[in-house]
Amino acid sequence: MELFGLFMYLLGFLAVALIYAIGCLGVNINWGFTGLFNVGVAGFFAVGAYSTAIVTSPPSPVHLGGFDLPIPVGLVAAIVFAGAVAWVVGRICLRLRSDYLAIATVGIAEILRLVFRNFESLGGGPFGVQRVPRPFESLPQPWSEIGFIVVLAVILLLLYVLIQRAWSAPWGRVLRAIRDNEEAAAAAGKNVEAFRLQAFVLGSAIMGLFGGLFALYTKTITPNAIEPLMVTFLPWVMLIVGGSGNNKGAILGAVAIWALWTMTEILTGLLPSDWASRAAFIRVFLIGLLLQIVLQRFPGGLLPEKPPIIRAPDEKHPDRA
Amino acid sequence: MIDFVNQYLIPALVLGCIYSLGAIGISMIFAILRFAHFAHGDLMAMGAYLGLFLVGIIDLLPLDGLSVNAKVLIALPFSFVATAAAAILIDRLFYKPFRKSKTIILVIASFGIALMLRSLIQLFFGADVLNYSTGIRFPLEMFKPLRVQERYVYIVVVTLALMFALHFMLTRTRTGKAMRAMSDDADLARVSGINTEKVVMWTWIIGGGLAAVAGTFLAMDTRLVPTMGWDLLLPTFAAAILGGLGRPYGAIAGGMIIGAMEELSTFPWIGDGPLISPDYKTAVAFAVMVLMLVFRPQGLFGGRVL
Repeated sequence: MELFGLFMYLLGFLAVALIYAIGCLGVNINWGFTGLFNVGVAGFFAVGAYSTAIVTSPPSPVHLGGFDLPIPVGLVAAIVFAGAVAWVVGRICLRLRSDYLAIATVGIAEILRLVFRNFESLGGGPFGVQRVPRPFESLPQPWSEIGFIVVLAVILLLLYVLIQRAWSAPWGRVLRAIRDNEEAAAAAGKNVEAFRLQAFVLGSAIMGLFGGLFALYTKTITPNAIEPLMVTFLPWVMLIVGGSGNNKGAILGAVAIWALWTMTEILTGLLPSDWASRAAFIRVFLIGLLLQIVLQRFPGGLLPEKPPIIRAPDEKHPDRA
Repeated sequence: MIDFVNQYLIPALVLGCIYSLGAIGISMIFAILRFAHFAHGDLMAMGAYLGLFLVGIIDLLPLDGLSVNAKVLIALPFSFVATAAAAILIDRLFYKPFRKSKTIILVIASFGIALMLRSLIQLFFGADVLNYSTGIRFPLEMFKPLRVQERYVYIVVVTLALMFALHFMLTRTRTGKAMRAMSDDADLARVSGINTEKVVMWTWIIGGGLAAVAGTFLAMDTRLVPTMGWDLLLPTFAAAILGGLGRPYGAIAGGMIIGAMEELSTFPWIGDGPLISPDYKTAVAFAVMVLMLVFRPQGLFGGRVL
C-alpha cells in the first residue's frame, strides 16, 4: 500500500514535470532561440488553459460554453487562441527593446488575468471553469494516470522532434542570428520583424498548449492557478538552469527543477504543521537563490547551447555540398 | 462636487504620492544602471514590513499616548535606512557581477530577487493580511467639509519634503550632479573622472529609501499583504515610463497621473455607472503603460530610450 502511494506520487510528479517541460520548450523558442524576453507566460498559459477548459467541459450556466467537444479539439483551441493573442501582442510590442518588451508582456499578462478573474460570462469569475475532462480518466488507477502520461510524453516527443528540426534548419539559424546580432541579420537581407513575430507566436502558442494540458491535468482552471510565480517564473528558472537555447536542456531543467520543488515539499511536509506552512516560503527563496547562482557561475546552464555543426562544402566533391 | 473631491480627488492625490515615490527609484535605476528593476515593488513591500516590525518594537518602549500614525512616522527613517542598505547589499551580491553583461541578465536576476524578497516577507510575517492599526479612523475636523484623514496629511507632507530634498540633492550637491551626468552619458561621466560605483551606491540609497517610504505609505493607507510588491510594481513602472525614464521629476508627474487615472476611471463620467468597473481599475495603468511603451517610449516629457 505504501509502495502504491509512492508510485502514484511519482506518476503525479512525472505528469506535472512533462507539462512543465512542454511550457519550457515554448519559453526556449522565445528566449533561447530568438532572445525575446517574454515574461507574459502566465497570460498565454491562461488563454490556453481557459480555451481548452471552455471547449471541452460540459455546458455551464455561468461561463461561456462549455462546448463538450473532444479533448484534441480543446488542445488545438489552446494553441490557436494563444497563438492569435500572441500575434496581436507581437504586432504591437515586438518592436520594443528587451526590457520594454519584458514590462509590456508582464502588463498584458496581468490584464488578461484581470479579465479572466472578473469577466464571469467568459471564464466563470473566481470559480473558473470546472469539470474539465482528462484523457483516460475512466480507466482504473493507476492506468488512467499512466494513460495521461503517455499522452503527455507523445506530445512532448513530437514537439521536441519538430522544434529540434526547426533549430537546425535555416529558420532556426536566422533566429539565432537575430538574437546574437540583429543589425547583421537585417543587413544579410533577413526580415527581422517577421522572424521575431513567428518565433514569438510559435513560442506563445506552445505556452498556450502548456496551459491547456495543465487544465486537463487539474480538471479545472481558476484565476488563482494563473499565479506568475508558478507559471511564469518557474518555467523561466527551468530554462535557465537547464540551458537556454538547448531543447534537451529545457526538458532536463523542467524535470530537475520540478523534482527539486516536489522533494523539498516532501521534506517540509515532515515538519510540524505551523513550521511546514512557513517552510514552503523557504523553498521559493532557495529556487530564487539557485537562479542567481546559475546566472553567475554557470551561465550556460546544465546543458549549454551547442550550435549545430554546419558542414563546409566537401573540397574533394564540391557537388556533394 | 464635494463628494467628487472627497471620494476621487483626495485618494487620487494620495495614491499619486505613493506611486511617485516608487517611480523615482525605478526611473533613476533605469537611467544609471540601465535595466528595468523588477524587484522594486518587493523593495517597497519590504520597507512596509520593516515599518510594521519597527512599530512593534516602538510598542514595547515605555511611550504613552503615541498614535499609530506617529509610530509609523518614527519608524520611517529607520526603515528608509534599512531598505537602502538592503538595496546596496542586493546590488553588491546579485547585480554587480553583471555590470558588463547584457542588461537582460540583470532583469532576470532582479525578477529572482523579487521572489526571494517576497518569500522572506512571507517567512517572517506569514501570508495573511496585516495592518499598522485597526479600528475606524475619522477625518480631521479642521478640513471640513473636505474629508481629510490624518494619514493623508502625513503622506502628502512627507512626500513633498522628500521631493524637495531630492531636488536639492540633484541640483546642489556634487553627488547629485554626478548622478545626473551619469544618467545622461555613463561613458562620458566615467572618463571625466566620476566615481561611477559611488553614484551607483547613491542611486540605491535614494531608490531603496524612497521605495521603503512608498511601501510604508501604501500600508498606512490600506494594508500589508506579501503580494503588495507585485501589485505596486506595474503602476510604478507605468508612472516611470509615462514620466520618461531617467527623469525624476517626470516620474513624480507620472505617478500623479497614474494615481489620478486609476481613481478617476471609476467615476461615473458618462451615465450612472462607473466609467470603468473598479475590478479593472488597475488594468487602466497597465494599458496606459503598454500604449506609452509602443507609441511614445520616451515618455510625456522626453526621457531617454535605451
